[in-house]
Amino acid sequence: MRAMPHIVFTPQLRRFTSTPEVDSEATTLRAALDDAFAHNPRLRGYVLDDQQHLRANVVIFIDGQRCADRIKLADTLQPHSTVHVLQALSGG
Amino acid sequence: MTRNDRAWVATRKGLFELRASAGAWRIERVNFLGEPVTMLLPPDEQGRMLAALNLGHFGVKLHASSDAGSSWQEVATPTFPEQPQDAAGPPWKLVLVWSLERVGNEVWAGTIPGGLFRSADFGQSWQLVDPLWQRAERLGWFGGGYDAPGIHSICPHPGQPGETLLGISCGGAWRTTDGGTQWQLSARGMRADFMPPEMAEDQNVQDPHRIQRCAAQPQVLWCQHHGGIWRSTDNAASWHELKAPLTSFGFAVAAHPQDGETAWFVPGIKDEKRVPVDGALVVNRTRDGGRSFETLRNGLPQKDCYDLIYRHGLDVAADGRTLMMGSTTGHVWASGDAGDTWGAVALNLPPIAAVRLG
Repeated sequence: MRAMPHIVFTPQLRRFTSTPEVDSEATTLRAALDDAFAHNPRLRGYVLDDQQHLRANVVIFIDGQRCADRIKLADTLQPHSTVHVLQALSGG
Repeated sequence: MTRNDRAWVATRKGLFELRASAGAWRIERVNFLGEPVTMLLPPDEQGRMLAALNLGHFGVKLHASSDAGSSWQEVATPTFPEQPQDAAGPPWKLVLVWSLERVGNEVWAGTIPGGLFRSADFGQSWQLVDPLWQRAERLGWFGGGYDAPGIHSICPHPGQPGETLLGISCGGAWRTTDGGTQWQLSARGMRADFMPPEMAEDQNVQDPHRIQRCAAQPQVLWCQHHGGIWRSTDNAASWHELKAPLTSFGFAVAAHPQDGETAWFVPGIKDEKRVPVDGALVVNRTRDGGRSFETLRNGLPQKDCYDLIYRHGLDVAADGRTLMMGSTTGHVWASGDAGDTWGAVALNLPPIAAVRLG
């Protein structure tokens, strides 16, 4: 089976909505998130704000590196990438 | 008619439902335990109600109940449209749902950063009231206690469909008479001592902490302002200042639903010292339209008290006698005799954002 980026959401989100673990063929972070939101559209508003930017108190790591572009979410994914979407402790 | 034996307390860590029997209040239930609840809309006769959450990490969320709080379902969140590249002012991003009211057959939500939203399907969808959002004056608004301005008071006119008054910190009072298409500033007479003198009477920079309308005499409105207390007897065409005992500074006001001469206020020392005068919590009540006030203390802590009643922390039921207030320290007091005497209801709740009877 061909390797694909894997997206994992913080279990903290499960008290509000379902958090599917998604394998995506996307090559950018935003496209991968869109794939995940297709599984659960409500998840989008928990991760992105009105302007589709990453929420101020959400943080995303790609292969252990913090996501650099919180506006366009244009970070590149590799076939074996793992994306962790987490709560940032700045949010309390 | 608003129930006088049920209350809702929105706190930093959940929504508490209180019930009264034989004059004694008790905590009946808590919903959303652990989550910040910023505002609620009490149940209607069918049991439909709304709660606004402000999740620390994941943003503002709205939940609806159709059984008076027994069960909840998440509904749509008011969402701003795509922000144009050249748009001035605060980011077009929802920060807080600061007010929820029934307006005709709709629900209106006032928000920080100053957007008004309306829903005709009880929260399943929301529409930004664009004519207000697009007003040039909006860019003159600024934050009052928050980085961005917000709509905290929504006062529909019970006798004139389509007419509603808003209170905005800091953006004055705005009135529509056609259901939200056209808006006019309606804060003439208010004064902003926090501005340069030449701007003090600018209606668009006023900071009405809270505005309440008398339901039975809707031409009467009360305003606890950053700079004092104001009242209107001409449906907000003009406002005149009142002077309360101890201090006229505070956040909350409750308007008697039938008697346009009666309202309650909870004073704090002043802007830069937001605690009760001399450590004694009091309520100032007028029953003659603000010509005189009584300072009510019976049953309230009169020593070493530092509680602040925030702008949505005081409410009165439709009977005009049942009052409840909750503080940012998490204390709740209630009165069954229009404020003459008070009793502690709960003394260990999380910080309280809003109290609503009904």
